[in-house]
Amino acid sequence: MSKTKETPVTEGTAAAAAETAELTGTDALAEFRKNHTAYKFKETPKPVRVIFIILKYLVLVSACLLVILPLFVVLLGAFKTHDEYITTSVFALPSEPQWGNFATAFIDGDVLRGLLNTFIILLISCAGTIITGTMTAFVLQRFNSLFTRAVKTVFLVAALLPNISMQVTVFQVINSLGLYNTIWAPCILYIGTDIISIYIFMQFLNNISTSLDESAFLDGANYFRIYWSIILPMLRPAIATVLVIKFVGIYNDFYTANLYMPSKDLGVVSTALYRFIGPYGAKWEIIFAGIIICIIPSLIIFISLQKFIYSNLVTGSVKE
Amino acid sequence: MSEPTSAPSPAPAPAKAKRRSLAEWLRGYTGQKYVTTLLFLLIPIILMILFTVIPAVNMGIFSFQERDQFGASVKWVGFDNYKTLFSDSSYFSTFINSLYYFGGSFVQQAVALLVATILCTKIKFANLFKGIIFFPYMMNGVAVSLIFRRFFQKGDGITNTEGTLNSILMLFGAEPVKWLSNPSIVNWCLVFASIWRYIGFDIIMYIGAIQSISPDIYEAADLDGANSWQRFRYIIFPGIRPIIALQLILAIKGSISVFEIPYIITGGRFGTSTFVIRTIDTAFTYQHVGLASAMAVVLLAIILIVTGIQKAIFREDK
Repeated sequence: MSKTKETPVTEGTAAAAAETAELTGTDALAEFRKNHTAYKFKETPKPVRVIFIILKYLVLVSACLLVILPLFVVLLGAFKTHDEYITTSVFALPSEPQWGNFATAFIDGDVLRGLLNTFIILLISCAGTIITGTMTAFVLQRFNSLFTRAVKTVFLVAALLPNISMQVTVFQVINSLGLYNTIWAPCILYIGTDIISIYIFMQFLNNISTSLDESAFLDGANYFRIYWSIILPMLRPAIATVLVIKFVGIYNDFYTANLYMPSKDLGVVSTALYRFIGPYGAKWEIIFAGIIICIIPSLIIFISLQKFIYSNLVTGSVKE
Repeated sequence: MSEPTSAPSPAPAPAKAKRRSLAEWLRGYTGQKYVTTLLFLLIPIILMILFTVIPAVNMGIFSFQERDQFGASVKWVGFDNYKTLFSDSSYFSTFINSLYYFGGSFVQQAVALLVATILCTKIKFANLFKGIIFFPYMMNGVAVSLIFRRFFQKGDGITNTEGTLNSILMLFGAEPVKWLSNPSIVNWCLVFASIWRYIGFDIIMYIGAIQSISPDIYEAADLDGANSWQRFRYIIFPGIRPIIALQLILAIKGSISVFEIPYIITGGRFGTSTFVIRTIDTAFTYQHVGLASAMAVVLLAIILIVTGIQKAIFREDK
C-alpha cells in the first residue's frame, strides 16, 4: 500500500502542501495564503455543504437498505408457516414465529451435519496449511538456491490456474488416489493448492530480520529448531491473517464439496443448503430457516472480529 | 540436488573416516540448508505435483483426446476438440455473458469508490454502515444465491407469492416481472446479485487505500478551503489510481470465470451460462472430458494474456 503514497498528487496541492509545511506561525500562514491565492480553491457556500451532507447519508442509508432488504425478507419468511408463505406478502409479519422450521432445517435438512463436516474440514485444512505453508515459506524465503527459485516460479505459475476449470483434470487424480467421496478430498485440496497463504507467510518473513536466525545458528540451533522456536512464533500475525482468509474461503466454498463429496452423509454447509432445492424445493420457509442458520456463524465471527477481518482480508488480497 | 538427496538416508557401513566427514558436512551450514530444504519442501512439492502439475499437464494431453470422467475409453482425436470449440459458436457465445459482469464491475467499482470516499469523511455511525455493507462478502455463496432466487421470484399464486422485488414494484402499482426466466434481463439480475455480494470487499480495499494517503495533504487542502469534490478529484483519485487499475484487471479475470451465482440461481438456464459452467457441464454432465480440457486450456490462455497485460502495466510501479 505504500506505493500509493509516492504517487504524485496534482501539482497545485503538492506545492501548497510543501510550502505550508515550511511556514509554521499563524502570521506566516496568513501571509502565505494572501500571496498564494492562485492555489486557493473557491469556498463552498453553506447551503451546498448541507445538501452534500444530506446526500452522503442518503447514499449510505440506501446502500444499507439494499443489503438488508433481501435478508430481512428471508428472516421474516423463516418464521412463517407454509400457508402463510404461499398466501401473505413477503413483508407481512408471521402471526406466530415458527421455531419448528429451524428444527426441521437443522435436523431433517442436514444443516447440523453440514456444520459438523465443515468444522472438521476447517480444522484439518487450517492445521495443514499452517504447518506446510510456514515451512515452505521459511525455506523459500530464507534459502536462496537454484532449487528454491525454481519452486517459487512453479508456485507463481500455479497461482494463475483457473481453479474451477482445473477440476476437470484434478478429478482424475483425486479419483485414482481413492479420495473421491471422502472428507479427505476437500481437505487435501485446500492444503495442497493454497498458494496465497504461502505468499502471505513469505511477505511477512521478508520483514523479519535474518540476523536473529543467524545468531541462533551460531549458538548451535539447527534449522528445524530455528523454524520452530523463532520463526513460527513470530509468524503469529500472519497465521491469524491466513486463518481468517481460510475460514471465509472454506466455509463459503461450494464447488469442491459439491464435486468431490456427493454422498448424503458428507454434506458441508454449502452443499446441505444446495440440496434443499430438491426435497424442500417448494418449502421455502424451511430453506429460509436453513439460510439463517448458515449465516449465524459468519455473523458471530464477523461481529467479534470486525476490525481484524477488514485489515487482514485486504492485506491478504493485495499481496497476491 | 542429487548428492544431498542421498545424504539423509543412513548409509549402512562406509569407511569410518568418510562417515564422520559426511556427518560433519550435514551439521554444517550448507549441509543443514540442503537437508532442511528437502525435508520442509517434501510434502508441499508432492501436493503441488499431484494437484497442480499433473492436472495441468493432463489438461494439455486430454485436450487432444476423447475420454470420459474415469478415463475408461480413450481415443486420440488430434485437434478435433479445439476445432469443435472454435467452430461451434455455442461455446464461445458464453463469453458474451461475461460482458454483463464486466460492465457490472464498472458500476461496482464506481459505487464502491463513492461509498469508500463518503465513509472516509466525518460520518456518524461510519462503522455500522461499513459493517452492514461489508457483511454479504462474509456470507455463504449458496445462501446468497438462494436469497436472490427469492428476491427475484415471480409468484404463481399457488406455490409462491411474489418475490421481494416484485412486491416492492407492486407497492408502486407496477406489474410483476418474470426476472429470472426472461433472457434479456436475467443476466442483469445475476450481475446485481454478484455486485451485492462482492462490493463490500472493494469498499474496504478503497478505504485502506484512501487512508494511506498522507494526512498532511488533506490538511493543506483544508487550509485552502477545498470542498469534498475537489478533495476527491485532486487528492483521493490520483492517490489511489494504481489500485483502481488493479481492480479493473481483476474485474476482467473475475468476469471471465464467473461460476457460482449463475450456477445456483438459474443453473445456467435462460441464457445465463458462462464459459466455466459450460466447461464443468461438458466434463461432468456430458462426460466429454477431452473437450472440457480443451476449454480449460483456452480459459487458461486468456487468463495468461490478461496477466501479461497486468504485469506490463504495473511493472513501472514496482
